[in-house]
Amino acid sequence: MIEEFKQWYEERHSYAKAWKENNPDGKVVGYFCTYVPEEIIYAAHILPVRIFGGHETPVLATPHMFDMWCPFSRDCLHQGLVGRYDYLDGVMLAQACLHIRQAFGAWQLQVPTPWSYYLCMPHAVTTPHAKKFLAGELAEFKTALEEWTNQAITDEDLGRGIEVMNTNRRLMKQVYEFRKDDNPPITGAEAMTMVWASQIMDKQEHTILVEQLLRDLPHRALDRDPGIRLMIVGSENDDRPFMEMVESLGATFVIDDHCSGSRYFWDTTVADGDPLEAIAARYCDRVPCPTKDFGQETWERKRFPHILNLAKEYRVQGVVLIQQKFCDPHECDIPSLRRYLESHGIPCCFLEFDVTVPVGQFRIRIEAFVEQLRADELFD
Amino acid sequence: MARYKTKGLDCWNRAKELREQYYQDYKESHDRGGLRWEGGAWSFDAIPQALEGEVHGLTEEPYGASIAHNPKLQVRYQEAAEGKWGCARDLCSYMRAYWGSVALNEYAFGGAWPQADFIFQNQICCSHAKWLQVADEIGGGTTPFFCFDVGAGPYDNIGERQIEYVVGQLYDGIEFIERVTGRKIVDEKLIQNVYNTYRSNCYWAKTCELNQAIPAPLDEKTMFSLYVLGTLEKSNQAIADFYEKELYPEVQDRVADKIAAVANEQCRVLGDSQPPWGFLRIYRYLEQYGVVSVASLYTFSLMGWMTPDTNGDLVPYPTLEEQGITIKDRDHALRLLAEGELKGKLMWAPFYGATYKNALVTAMARQWHCDAAMIHLNRGCEGTAQHQMQMKIALQEMGIPVMTYEGNMADEREFDEGRVKRLIELFVTETLGLKKVA
Repeated sequence: MIEEFKQWYEERHSYAKAWKENNPDGKVVGYFCTYVPEEIIYAAHILPVRIFGGHETPVLATPHMFDMWCPFSRDCLHQGLVGRYDYLDGVMLAQACLHIRQAFGAWQLQVPTPWSYYLCMPHAVTTPHAKKFLAGELAEFKTALEEWTNQAITDEDLGRGIEVMNTNRRLMKQVYEFRKDDNPPITGAEAMTMVWASQIMDKQEHTILVEQLLRDLPHRALDRDPGIRLMIVGSENDDRPFMEMVESLGATFVIDDHCSGSRYFWDTTVADGDPLEAIAARYCDRVPCPTKDFGQETWERKRFPHILNLAKEYRVQGVVLIQQKFCDPHECDIPSLRRYLESHGIPCCFLEFDVTVPVGQFRIRIEAFVEQLRADELFD
Repeated sequence: MARYKTKGLDCWNRAKELREQYYQDYKESHDRGGLRWEGGAWSFDAIPQALEGEVHGLTEEPYGASIAHNPKLQVRYQEAAEGKWGCARDLCSYMRAYWGSVALNEYAFGGAWPQADFIFQNQICCSHAKWLQVADEIGGGTTPFFCFDVGAGPYDNIGERQIEYVVGQLYDGIEFIERVTGRKIVDEKLIQNVYNTYRSNCYWAKTCELNQAIPAPLDEKTMFSLYVLGTLEKSNQAIADFYEKELYPEVQDRVADKIAAVANEQCRVLGDSQPPWGFLRIYRYLEQYGVVSVASLYTFSLMGWMTPDTNGDLVPYPTLEEQGITIKDRDHALRLLAEGELKGKLMWAPFYGATYKNALVTAMARQWHCDAAMIHLNRGCEGTAQHQMQMKIALQEMGIPVMTYEGNMADEREFDEGRVKRLIELFVTETLGLKKVA
C-alpha cells in the first residue's frame, strides 16, 4: 500500500486526469489550505485536490510574488504557471496565512482556471462567534457550488460528504496508532506519504487503500532498528527525501504536527444537527494552524499542549522543528514552542526549509541531534 | 524660478505636539492613576478609551515606525529580538523592533518599558495576534490578552452577518476589559469616541482627496506625519478636531491658493507600502527632479475611510453627520464602529485578493493624476506588501511606468540606499525623461 500511496502522490496530476476521464461529468477543484471544507466539495460530487509545490525553483512565480513570500506558496503558484494543474476546473482558498493568500490572488489573475472561490474562514476560531459566522460562510459556499454545478446539494449529500471525510480521518488515525509501538511497522516518511496521498486522491479510493494497510500493519515488520523516536513539527511539509534521510540516521519519526500530516485529519466532524453547523464546528475546533492560534483571554496557544500530549503518547525523545523560510505564523510560534517543549524535557532541533533543502548540511545537524539524544539515553 | 508657491503646513507643529503627548501620556499614565493598554493601529481604540478614568494606549505599528526612524536604535532592537528571543530575521520588522524594545526593557521615548494593564488587539494579517502574544511572553506573560478578528470579508461584501461577527466579539471585549481592569466602559464616552473615530477617518480621507489637485498640496513624506495620529488614537477628541478643524481647512486653502508641496512639481507618483523609515531622504532626492509622491493606498487607507462610488471612483466615506445618523446607545455605537471599519477601510481589501488591490490602485492612479508609480517591495510587512507584483502589472497595463525597489520599512540591514538612489535616478532620468529642476 505504501508504494501505491507514494506512486499516486508522485503522479498526482496523472491521477486527477484519470479521475476526470472516469468521471466525465466530474469536476476537480484545487485547494490551497486544509481549512477548505472538503465535506461540502464531496457533497457536490467534486474531487478536491490540494495544490502542492513541486520542490522546484519557482522561477515563473518570481514576477508575481517577490522573494520574501514563503517558498511553498511560490512553488504552488509556479506549478500553476508552468501548467501542471491545467486540468483543474476550479481553485479555492479558505482564508489562511498571507503567503498562501498571495499565491491564490496571483493564481486567480495569472493561471486560467474557470472557477475560483475565496472562503472567508475566520481567524478567531476559538470564539463562539466564529462557528456561527463560518456556518454562514459555508452556506454561501454551498450555494456557489450549486450554482456552478447546476445541482442542488441536499442534507443527505452533506451527510455523505461528512462520512467520506470522517471515515478517512478515523482510519488514518488508526494507522498513526501503530506508530506508538516500540518498533513501529511504518516509518514517518511512509505515514506522511499516506496523508499526502489522501490530500490528492478521491477519499473513497484512498480509504480502501488505508483499510488494506490497516490489515497489513499487524504483520508488517520493518527491517530496521527504529532508533531514536522523533517528532516533526512545523510548516507545510511534503519533503519525503528529507524525512527518509533523517530516518536513515538511526531515528524514526513516530508522530508529527503538520497540516500535511496529523493536523489534517486529527479531528472529525460530529455529525449532529445541522450539517453546515457541524462542519463549521469541526474546522473551528480542529488543531489550529499557528495563524489562527490565539485566544480572547490569554496569550497561551491551543496547539502547544496538543503537541506535548502527542509527544508523551508517542514517547518522543526529540522534536525536529521545521519552518518554511518566511513562514510568519510558524516563525512567530517556534521560539515559544521550543522553550515550551524544552521546559518539559523534550530537546529540539530547528531547521529552516526552502524550496530545495541543503540535505548535506541538514544531515550533519540531524546526526548531531540524534547523537545528543543517544547520549541522553545513556544517562536516563 | 519655481513653478508654484510652497510653504510648510501651519498645523505641522500641532501634529508633532499631539504625537509627542500621546507617547508621553502612555509613559506617565500609571503615575497619574491611569491605565495602559497595548493594541494595534487597527484596534478599535474607541472601546478601551471609553473606560472610566484616565486610560492611554500604545499602538504597536506606529511605535515600531518610531523606532525605525532611528537606524541605530532599530538595529539594536532588531538584534535584541533575534538574539535574546530567537525570532527569525524575516518577520515583520515593526514587530521585531517592538519585541526588542520589550526584551531590553527600554521604551523608545525614554525610561523602562511601560508595562500595559491589558492587551486589546485585532487580527487580520498573520502577525497581529502573534505580535502581542509573543511580546507579552517576552515580558513575562502576565498581561491579560484579548484579540478580535476583523477578517470578515471585503468592503463590498459586508452585510449583517459580517457586522454581527465583529460586534459579538466587541461585546466580549468590553466584558473582558471591565473584568480585568475593574472599571466600567462609559457609554457616553464610547459614543463620543465613535463620533470622533468617524471624524478622524473621514476627514483624513477628505484631506487625501484634496491631493488630486495640481499642484498637490501635500506630498507623501509630509502625509506620513499626518495620518499617523489616526493610527495612534483615532477616537481622541483632539485628534479628530485636528483632522476636521485644522488640517482639512488648511489643505483646502492650499488648494485654493495653489500652494504646492513641491514647488517644481512636474511628475506625480503613486507609492505603495510603508517607506524605509530611516531613509525618507529619498523623497527629498525625488524633489530635485520635480517628482512628488501624491498618493498611495497605504498612506490614504491605513486609517482613512473611503468607498468606491457608483462609477468606481474612490470618494471619502461619509461622516455620521453626512449620513444623518445620531448614535442612540452602546449597541448602535458598536455597530457603526464595525460597519465603518469593515466598509471604509480599503486597506483591508487586498487581504481578500489581488483583484481588489488592482482595482483600488488603478482608480487611485487615474483620479490622482499619477504619471508613474514607485513601489517599495517591503520585506518588512507582508500585509501592506500584498499583491505588489500584480499591482505593478495592472499599472503597467494602464500605461503607467513602474519602478520597484526592495527594502524594509524598519530594518536598515535590508535597505541599500546607494543602489536605490541609483535605481531612482535611472527611472527618473531614463524612463521618465526628467531633468533636475532644483
